[in-house]
Amino acid sequence: MIALVITLSTPLLAALVLAVVRSPRIGGWINISATAAGFAAATWLAWTVLGQGAIHGDQFQVDAFNVYLIALTSLVGLSTSIFSRPYMEHELELRRVTPRRMRLYHASFQGFLFTMLLSLSTNNLGVLWVALEGATLATVLLVSLYRTPESIEAAWKYFILCGVGIAQALFGTVLLYFAAARVVPDPERALQWSVLYAHAGQLEPVVVAIAFIFLLIGYGTKVGLVPLHNWLPDAHSEGPTPMSAVLSGLLLNVALYAVVRVKMITDGALAAGVAHDPQLAGRLMMGFGLTSFLVAGLFLHRQKDIKRLFSYSSIEHMGLMTFAFGLGGPLATFGALLHMTVHSLTKSAIFVTVGHASQIAGTQRIEQIRGLIRTQPQVGWGLLIGSIAIAGFPPFGVFTSEFLLLTATMKSSPWLTVPLLAGFAVAFSGLFRHLQPMVFGALPAGQKPINMNPVPVTLHLALVLWLGLSIPPSLARWFDDATRLISGSGLL
Amino acid sequence: MADYLNLAGWLAALAQTVLFVAIAPLFANWVKRAKCTLQNRRPPPWLQPYRDLRRLFGKEVVLAHTASHVFRIAPYIVFGTAVLAASIIPFILAEIPFAAMADAIVLVGTLALGRFFLALAGLDVGTSFGGMGSSREMTFAALAEPAMLMVVFTLAMLASSTNLSTVVGFFLEQPLALRPSLLFGLLALLLVGIAETGRIPVDNPATHLELTMIHEAMILEYTGRHLALMEYASQLKLAIYAVLTVNLFLPWGISRTLDPASVGIAVLALTAKLAVLGALLALAETLVAKMRLFRVPTFLAVAFTLSLIGMLSFIMLEGH
Amino acid sequence: MTAYADLPLIEQLIRTFAALILVSSFALLAQARVVAAIQVFAWQGFLLSALTALVAWNSGLPHLYISAVLSLVLKALFIPWLLIRQSRRLGILRDFDAVIRPGLTLMAAGTLVIFCYNVVIPVREFTQIVTRDAIAVSLALVMISLLMLITRRKAITQVVAFMSLENGLFFAAVTATQGMPMVVELGIAFDVLIAAVIFGVFFFHIRDSIETLDVDQLSRLREMDE
Repeated sequence: MIALVITLSTPLLAALVLAVVRSPRIGGWINISATAAGFAAATWLAWTVLGQGAIHGDQFQVDAFNVYLIALTSLVGLSTSIFSRPYMEHELELRRVTPRRMRLYHASFQGFLFTMLLSLSTNNLGVLWVALEGATLATVLLVSLYRTPESIEAAWKYFILCGVGIAQALFGTVLLYFAAARVVPDPERALQWSVLYAHAGQLEPVVVAIAFIFLLIGYGTKVGLVPLHNWLPDAHSEGPTPMSAVLSGLLLNVALYAVVRVKMITDGALAAGVAHDPQLAGRLMMGFGLTSFLVAGLFLHRQKDIKRLFSYSSIEHMGLMTFAFGLGGPLATFGALLHMTVHSLTKSAIFVTVGHASQIAGTQRIEQIRGLIRTQPQVGWGLLIGSIAIAGFPPFGVFTSEFLLLTATMKSSPWLTVPLLAGFAVAFSGLFRHLQPMVFGALPAGQKPINMNPVPVTLHLALVLWLGLSIPPSLARWFDDATRLISGSGLL
Repeated sequence: MADYLNLAGWLAALAQTVLFVAIAPLFANWVKRAKCTLQNRRPPPWLQPYRDLRRLFGKEVVLAHTASHVFRIAPYIVFGTAVLAASIIPFILAEIPFAAMADAIVLVGTLALGRFFLALAGLDVGTSFGGMGSSREMTFAALAEPAMLMVVFTLAMLASSTNLSTVVGFFLEQPLALRPSLLFGLLALLLVGIAETGRIPVDNPATHLELTMIHEAMILEYTGRHLALMEYASQLKLAIYAVLTVNLFLPWGISRTLDPASVGIAVLALTAKLAVLGALLALAETLVAKMRLFRVPTFLAVAFTLSLIGMLSFIMLEGH
Repeated sequence: MTAYADLPLIEQLIRTFAALILVSSFALLAQARVVAAIQVFAWQGFLLSALTALVAWNSGLPHLYISAVLSLVLKALFIPWLLIRQSRRLGILRDFDAVIRPGLTLMAAGTLVIFCYNVVIPVREFTQIVTRDAIAVSLALVMISLLMLITRRKAITQVVAFMSLENGLFFAAVTATQGMPMVVELGIAFDVLIAAVIFGVFFFHIRDSIETLDVDQLSRLREMDE
């Protein structure tokens, strides 16, 4: 419990401190140390939970499912903050941001991390909503940090679309509460996930089904499910790159986490129902997920902006995970959890290299980014390896998780493997037609390498590689615990 | 059912209709007098409208040489439909044989028929003012009639009948309840009534200002007894909407039997209600400025929306 | 049919206020002038707060009084004040944000209400709470706000629509479930507050970058460019 308190309070305190620290340089270092402390606390928390079992508080609950996401969030937060320090200093030198906005940036970064960790660890579905809305609020001013017309537009779209989307989720939450209030006597506990989960069978199936649809639409907007994805490429491409890295690597995951949590309740409530399809939640998620996966894959082909390219790749992968969670069953769930991890690690690494690449080229336009491998091999290799990993090549972890997902699909609904395989092919070709000239193309004159810290990218990609080669038994057991929690039975 | 379907009932209904037609100019004059008092002008004498009508009936009819039969028939039809409408609505007696024959939808239809001929008459002579007035009248009618019907439907759903007598009876038997549907229905009916009877802020009954007039533009070519009938019909229409409003939404006091005592109470109650309504109308006309013609559709859209919300809130909030 | 008239007066009042809030959201939808839209929004907040107080009185739940005060301060006073202040400073207080095809929009809103009613029919069948109808109304409020959001061009009226959407959700929480747990309600209020402040800041950013507050002009980011 103490570990949890530290994990949560570190970013909150850091946000408050960073809001008053004037120097961007000091701010960057505080940012790193706060995330490092947070990561240490999260590791401690994970170790405690794994060793002594889940923490079931009244307001907070940490079990196998969310503790691994908490650890992942802290890890990505840490490496992004390490990357962000030299990156943002470079932006400061280019006068794209002012010191005042750097203060805003650092404070918002920590505030965002806090909302992420809060939504992961809370037991209260209402607080989950509040935290996810808070995540939008914390990041919206980051998206518009450069104050260009494009970034303002992106931020406005992000604000309005996500705000409206998540409003639907609040409606769903109210409906859930409405259903729960008739079963759970104490109204203060009627929104607690653990209570709802325990009483799921007694909840009114019709109300829960309607609530789930609203929740799926609401949180699905944040996951970036097609057709609710419009904000995502804009927000990713116009904000500063560390922002894109955490949005893609964390926010989407946490939103999906929220969907999975409510799906667990919905499944419980619908299981007994005769009049309703007990698989309703799963089928809806499969539909949305598969659509997102295929549509985003096609959109990869026509992108002209490198960050937009990879944000569509994020939509594609989130679609795949949504599909997998919808499919249910231990194998698919295990695959989805693994995919969540490797996608977060890989995608944040890619955004970090993309940030360096666009600083080298001085633009985000794909056609003007050329010859990276000769200008700065670290960036070129990073982008290449990252893209190979995200496209699902062996021996990287993404391959493993995608293979698991395909196998699971083959088992339960074989005909769906066809669109899945087609989607993989489309997405793969979409990525590589843009990637090849960026990495190997003719070197433009006067392109100079920039100052970067290779540690985050190397660390992330090494982890992904490791997960692809062999999943350590302790981690496998960890995933298995989470799988058992979500799908009812484990793999191991 | 229908213990009023006897000779006494028919006679009473007939007498009530005659009374209605007789006092309609008086009500219009009451509004005018109240307005004059509010505006520090000297009010016309109580019987002034009757004198005006008598004078007009006495005058020679001058017809435009382009006028057709329609122009000559129209005043009688317009007046006739107004009298017919007056006979349908519960006035002093709630349960009248006419109401069993013709329900609220017939009432709306009757009024629409009158308006149709009024507009035809405006077009008939071929002057530009007449045509302008007719086109405006029909434009507004297209918005006002659905609103009116929506109010009628709300009432009908509430009382499970479109028979106006039954509706009034239903309200009298119900315990007093605060119903959002009735609140919005009443507001919508007031707005529709103001538009339909050509009062401020939609039209100004007191002027012949060319650009803004609606009703007056249509009857500009009429003279003599034709004009008298047209004027009388418009006074009747005002009284019809007033009585409809007070008797449907505040039916207390209305008599359900032919018993002299209850009839006496009904007369007193109705007089009081109409007096208050007329005074309120005069007050509203004094306080509110006439709106631009282009705003009238918005005004009527508000009426329609209110009637729609009235009906929706009946279904959504009062249904059990 | 007689059941409604037998309800206690307070419940009839609650329903009347619910209907009034529905009217206010229609009014908001049709309101073209910026200042008038903000005023209608303030009235909606006031009605909402009064409704909350009535529900608190009716159910005897003291924490709803806190919500009532909270929504009075936040939605009827602070946010309208902030919006009016910002739009005065931007000089757009008297602007018009023309409603596209007002008749059609109102008809669409009416249709939406009927649609929402039909959506929640299965919910109604299973529940016995007197305030169950509120779910239909609140869904309708949410949908009408969404409609307003997509029919408007100006940033400020879009924000009003956004906030009125939040009102619809609050309405749902108050009437259907007698309020949410206090911690959640405070959290939501906090989010709304921050959102309002950020919106207020944002107007200036938009104006500074595109020199107008017509969100139509925000159309640089497209999939189909060049």
